[in-house]
Amino acid sequence: MANADVVVIGGGLHGCSAALHLARAGASVIVLEKDHVARHASGVNAGGVRRLGRDFAEVPLSAASLELWHRIEELVDDDCGFEAVGQVKVAEDDAALATMRARSERLRAMGFDHEEIIGRDELREWLPSVAPHCVGGVACRRDGAALPFRTTMAFKRKAQSLGVEFHEGTRAHSVERRDGVWRVQSSDGVFAGASLVNAAGAWAGEIARQMGEPVPMEATALMLMITAPAAPFVKPVVGVQGRPLSFKQYANGTIMIGGGQRGRADLETNRTYLDYRRLALNAQTAADLFPRMAHADIVRAWAGIEGMMPDGIPVISASGTQDRAWHAFGFSAHGFQLGPIVGSMVADLVTHGTTALPVAPFSIGRFASRA
Amino acid sequence: MFKRPREDARASLRFTFDGAAVEAREGDSVAAALLAAGATPCRTTPVSGAPRAPYCMMGVCFDCLVVVDGVGNRQACLVPVRDGMAVESQRGKRELGA
Amino acid sequence: MSDIRDEYDVAVIGAGPAGMAAASLCARARMSTVLFDEQPAPGGQIYRGITRSPFSDRSILGPDYWAGEPVAREFAASGAQYVPRATVWSLTPEREVGVSIAGEGAQLLQAKHVVIATGALERPFPIPGWTLPGVMTAGAAQTMLKSSGIVPSGHTVLAGTGPLLWLLAWQLLRTGASIDAILDTTARESRARANAHLASFVLSPYLMKGLKLLREVRRRVRVINDVTAVEAQGEGRVQTVAYVCASSAMPVQLPVDNLLLHQGVVPNVNLAMSVGIEHRWDGEQLAFVPVLTPFGGTSVPGIYIAGDGGGIAGAQAAGWRGILSASDIVHAVHPQAAKRAAATAQAALKRFTRGRRFLDAYYRPAAQFRQPAGDTIVCRCEEVTARQIVDTVALGCPGPNQMKSFLRCGMGPCQGRLCGLTVTELIARQRNVSPQEVGYYRLRPPVKPITIAELAALPKDEAAVKAVVRI
Repeated sequence: MANADVVVIGGGLHGCSAALHLARAGASVIVLEKDHVARHASGVNAGGVRRLGRDFAEVPLSAASLELWHRIEELVDDDCGFEAVGQVKVAEDDAALATMRARSERLRAMGFDHEEIIGRDELREWLPSVAPHCVGGVACRRDGAALPFRTTMAFKRKAQSLGVEFHEGTRAHSVERRDGVWRVQSSDGVFAGASLVNAAGAWAGEIARQMGEPVPMEATALMLMITAPAAPFVKPVVGVQGRPLSFKQYANGTIMIGGGQRGRADLETNRTYLDYRRLALNAQTAADLFPRMAHADIVRAWAGIEGMMPDGIPVISASGTQDRAWHAFGFSAHGFQLGPIVGSMVADLVTHGTTALPVAPFSIGRFASRA
Repeated sequence: MFKRPREDARASLRFTFDGAAVEAREGDSVAAALLAAGATPCRTTPVSGAPRAPYCMMGVCFDCLVVVDGVGNRQACLVPVRDGMAVESQRGKRELGA
Repeated sequence: MSDIRDEYDVAVIGAGPAGMAAASLCARARMSTVLFDEQPAPGGQIYRGITRSPFSDRSILGPDYWAGEPVAREFAASGAQYVPRATVWSLTPEREVGVSIAGEGAQLLQAKHVVIATGALERPFPIPGWTLPGVMTAGAAQTMLKSSGIVPSGHTVLAGTGPLLWLLAWQLLRTGASIDAILDTTARESRARANAHLASFVLSPYLMKGLKLLREVRRRVRVINDVTAVEAQGEGRVQTVAYVCASSAMPVQLPVDNLLLHQGVVPNVNLAMSVGIEHRWDGEQLAFVPVLTPFGGTSVPGIYIAGDGGGIAGAQAAGWRGILSASDIVHAVHPQAAKRAAATAQAALKRFTRGRRFLDAYYRPAAQFRQPAGDTIVCRCEEVTARQIVDTVALGCPGPNQMKSFLRCGMGPCQGRLCGLTVTELIARQRNVSPQEVGYYRLRPPVKPITIAELAALPKDEAAVKAVVRI
């Protein structure tokens, strides 16, 4: 029976990041991944490295994570394809701009000045092709985008170099704490550890349920699509106030369009089903913001399986019911940028029981009253 | 190199390819007409700029991509020639929009 | 305007022999039936141009081609709604069809039953230089011939194996076109192994036709046998073709204007796989084929596959399989007629599938033509080479889907139609496992490109429009 200080369930970015930081702290770590590392949301998301627009609870974490992104090569020996091309959120009318202004002021009061309000002219410096009706927006200069599959693999490789053992194709069926040891029954035998980390993404709800703390997480498939290569015309990652959108053109000319529209996920078969009546909304948004996009051809669409929490923020906390267990899941379609920092927070929690960043809003206890 | 049959009862059509006049017949696909006129390659790839011409003539290879009346990424083998059509080769990463 | 309805009893995709037969039967049974096809006229690939042939001389294309004419006539008379220049880019397991009609935009519609009759496409033939202008498939030349009467001129060389190669040669000769050489890559070992199926081939409809055709072509064209390597060479377009054969130690070069390649056809799996229909690797056909019931039913209820998309069996078999699937669909409303049609089809199918195993074995493409090496391009869209693929497997990449993330291989607009089988076989050989274990690209709609404007014009999900936006 394999044995380590920490058993991590889930080989997505959060599992790999937790494993890496735990190994850096001197722990022996086993990661159990039912498919292969980066198979699901972590490997196929839009790759946004974004502080812009986050829930206020996430802002301190996101700000800290961005500093790690800017030194990501030091952390994982790979630049992960990260480019600080900036993130711009467009306001389509004055009401939207007013909302953004109010938010920016509130952030400033919290001590964060990364969301800069920009007017008509500066918007067009950032986005020369944006539609005429757009009045301004918010820009985060040091935000950008990275390559999700490459990033997750880099975290995995670095973790392995520090001794972390990855077991892929190994599905954790059940978890049980007995005689001070966590025992994970898997498709490949039993794995034991003094501590347990539940980073199982869309499948984390089942683990939490077994631990006696069920959560109202919804597994869904978040849809993305990508065009044929086009001549470069947009550099930053683009969003828009009031409608979900993530819009990014890559160096090879292809343009990825995503934005919170849900298809259907089958947790047993890993199959995802696209909903074109919803993809149509993303298409409309893209064409509204950049009229030339009407002529772009979508050559592929896909969806990553993700866990969504009803309040839109993840669970990052110690277990409320069991000793020596921690959760990091439910990133609700915006966990990628948080990957580097959350792993570090989990390592802090596991090794010292506390972390410097404000983690209380993410407690699993907030769902305790719901069954 | 290709040649047309000696007798072809179909109506004659004309279109332009990169500005030059090309003869065609009613029922020709743009790709067939370009090949018959020796007007290939029809594009250069966005990856390396390599020249490409129609390969499969059945809409599965995507090598016959051209710009038809200002709209790019058209599979020439699936577009019937229309009299007066303006076809252009698609060079590398194309500019979006008309 | 095509007046596409929101709902049909039956949607058929593909206007080849299988699609036309299926749609005809369903329409005659008074089921509301629509048939979508990408081309501007019916016939699919094998009967391309059948309703508007440029040829008055029927002997050029031959009787097998003209056998499609009554099929097209019956289809036109059947009452099925025929929608040409229609690209089906999406099909869900619940049988919602997403279709894009030239000049009219994209629509969604619901069907109670779907018959996928998207047929076959040419097996990839990745030789060095195969992306050069002037290199095309034999099918491409045949399409130009059938649709427009256009034939290759100048130096024309055919290379490969399979009945279609010889049929094309025969048809071209009948037009007066000249062929400099046929480089026959049929492998000696294949010919020997095929003898196991010789008895049923001798009893099949293919024997006499095949022999006669082969004899005539060999009499008039220089045929190089036992070709083990072919390379297209040139700057900006193909200028020479080099080959190695059993009887010459050194490569031989021939000048060439048109190099026509063919090594068999394989099922066009993209739409079927994108729905989640179960497929398996067929070691005799060297392709992924859907798992089907005797009526062409798939692992997704209500969706059938008829024709070569279900496994290569030729045009005649395709028509009968279309009838078989349709008979299953109309059975509920016309049990007696359906039973009779099914019985006729099953008997005919026995006849037309006899001898196919011999053809599969005899014309089995040699490994070096399915699994290229070195700088030969495998993924034409993204220009990924065999060497890059093999090296990536050596780094631990186990399958075609992870490979997409490393090399972009398979991420272009053709969605693996020209590289998928090659990639799967290269990975299988490198890992020393079966292609079944390696699997194939994970395919999703849209299976053909669709513009943002078309997508944006689709009916929207109202609930999603109103949903509170939080990212």
